[in-house]
Amino acid sequence: MQVLLKDVTLINPAQKLNEKTNILIVDGIIKKIGEITADELSASEVYELNGKICSPGFFDMHVHLREPGREDEETVVTGCNAAAAGGFTGLASMPNTSPDADSAEVVKFIIEQAKDHLVDVHPVGAVSVERKGEYLAPLAEMFDAGAVAFSDDGTAVKTASLLRSAMEYSQMFDTTIIEHCEDPSMDDGVMNEGVVSTMLGLPSIPTVAEDLIVMRDALIAEYTGGRVHIAHISSKGAVDIVRKAKERGVKVTAEVTPHHFTLTDESVKSFDTNFKMNPPLRSREDVDAMIEGLKDGTIDCIATDHAPHSIEEKEAEFIYAPNGILGLETALGLVISELVHKGHLTLEDVVQKLAINPRKILNLPVPKIEVDQPANLTIFDPDAIWTVDVSKFKSKSKNSPFDKRLLTGKSVAVINNSKMFYKDQFINI
Amino acid sequence: MPLKSRHLLGLQGVPEEDIQTILDTATTFREVLERPIKKVPTLQGKTIVNLFYESSTRTRISFELAQKRLSADTINFAKSGSSTSKGETFKDTVRNIEAMKVDMIVVRHESAGVPQFLTRISNANVINAGDGRHEHPTQALLDMYSIREKLGRLAGLKVCVVGDIAHSRVALSNIYGLKAMGAEVSLCAPPTMIPKDIYRLGVKVIHNIDEAIAQNDVLNVLRIQLERKAGTSIPSLREYHNYFGITKERLEKQNKDILILHPGPINRGVEISSEVADGPYQIILNQVTNGVAIRMAVLYLLGTMN
Ligand SMILES: [Zn+2]
Repeated sequence: MQVLLKDVTLINPAQKLNEKTNILIVDGIIKKIGEITADELSASEVYELNGKICSPGFFDMHVHLREPGREDEETVVTGCNAAAAGGFTGLASMPNTSPDADSAEVVKFIIEQAKDHLVDVHPVGAVSVERKGEYLAPLAEMFDAGAVAFSDDGTAVKTASLLRSAMEYSQMFDTTIIEHCEDPSMDDGVMNEGVVSTMLGLPSIPTVAEDLIVMRDALIAEYTGGRVHIAHISSKGAVDIVRKAKERGVKVTAEVTPHHFTLTDESVKSFDTNFKMNPPLRSREDVDAMIEGLKDGTIDCIATDHAPHSIEEKEAEFIYAPNGILGLETALGLVISELVHKGHLTLEDVVQKLAINPRKILNLPVPKIEVDQPANLTIFDPDAIWTVDVSKFKSKSKNSPFDKRLLTGKSVAVINNSKMFYKDQFINI
Repeated sequence: MPLKSRHLLGLQGVPEEDIQTILDTATTFREVLERPIKKVPTLQGKTIVNLFYESSTRTRISFELAQKRLSADTINFAKSGSSTSKGETFKDTVRNIEAMKVDMIVVRHESAGVPQFLTRISNANVINAGDGRHEHPTQALLDMYSIREKLGRLAGLKVCVVGDIAHSRVALSNIYGLKAMGAEVSLCAPPTMIPKDIYRLGVKVIHNIDEAIAQNDVLNVLRIQLERKAGTSIPSLREYHNYFGITKERLEKQNKDILILHPGPINRGVEISSEVADGPYQIILNQVTNGVAIRMAVLYLLGTMN
């Protein structure tokens, strides 16, 4: 099949691209970039894109698919559908499934579920058996099965000594350890500690619980020469620690979620459990530090921590409700509304942090927009104004704090694996 | 004068006029409680559920008595812990109860925010009888009533809340209510019992009990929860008593009039010595009687609104 993307603005800082042009795709492969002949035009399915942005496909490196175990909340396929709708062509799935992704079998199972999908799924394996922090999981076997990184997400790797082992061992295949940074002796809260938690009488988690583990992890990375990636960074202190570690040459990278650069703990005043997540929403000062970290490169990428939960479980008393919110289908809108339109990031920066850096951290090839390359593209409209409606989400769950929020910036189409997602439908191309 | 809200979720943001209305209405009911027949037909035909997810015999009995004095029909529903693990969710429980045509719900729960949650899933008037470490508005109202009854006013008084502020639901309600009424509020406890940044609510924090006694007109002494994380926020109950306990010697040293409140139940010899608990400064049993009057006032004002 022949598809013509007519009048797109190509942006790819990795190739120093920023130009208006046309892209001709034949059977999923880019065949021409530039002027299109009348013959080519008449032989193609034509998409008039009126200057919309076209970049390498976005990649979300922190997604909780609930398969295996909680298929009522999300499956690999529904999660991938949500990713496609949100503008992503690839994702990394976190290992806290049931059973945990702590073996080659589970890693293979997850990959198998995503086999024919537009969205590429790259599992993250557990660092330790059952993520208990006692014994190393079979990292090499999982790597050979397709795992791209290792994490005990949900918690930090329990002990410094096991983390050290993981960082040393994983150097054999140059993967990173993704860390959920939270000191386990200070983790029994349900929101950020500060004047808001005091006013609400909710048990709280101090930012220092995050800072401590970020510091520990940076020091162990420095000592071992291994790589650590700080997941969902949320405190100013943690950003400062990462910044200083990077200056020293430590192999540390970091991601931030859209909710942590958009919302503060003030939102919890509604006691709406869609504002409950871990790490919790922090103070204005922390939110400002996230934006600063994104601007100066301390924070390498944006990842959603997409965490589907059933309505029954989420609509509960605040202290009992599970942590986490959906992210895939609102991420781009929040990035454009909060970061681009407010003047913090350029569209090039967005492509860097949503498409290029996450793949680099996971040692995955970054798609090139070049003749004879497979088309792996995200086409988005940075000026589209739309209202979030969770009832229209592709995700199986509905737990988003952004329902009814007005956002600017929306994905128009994604293309990958000879498939296109456009106007709510998957098309083979 | 009708209240601004059809629920009593807390005292945060409740205007002075409304607190005044509740206290004045309670005065009327306080008189009813002195009559030989202590019952009025005000809420006849109204159905009230006491939804207690955390055991609290005193508060429940006080509410129940208030409801009976107002001739309301009362249902008690007690359950403990998270319901999700036991099958039925909180929301389903509430929906079921509401299907029985309930007018008001009095709720006690270990999670802060449950009263707010209730207003979203039910049409009944909601009264917070204590949610987590958040608020316990009727307790603060009865404290204020008792102070006013004894000292004739609230405005300009200096009131110090003593004890485990961080784990208390009474402290915040006292802070909001007393400040709205023009009192000056301070807190006295070891720093481990003071929650983060509470000074931003406009209260002074001190750590010396003798100073607290010297500087204040009223002490509201909180119960130290014996079971709570022993050894992490205070080394021992003995040490707490030695440094923060209200004793006859400490009070006599200051040689001044001071009023002592305690929300009960008392730990004699911990936050308060027996001599003080039974002595001339305290009004602990008045608080209990006034509690019924305050709850009658709140039930009446909300129950006759719609
Ligand atoms: Zn996490």
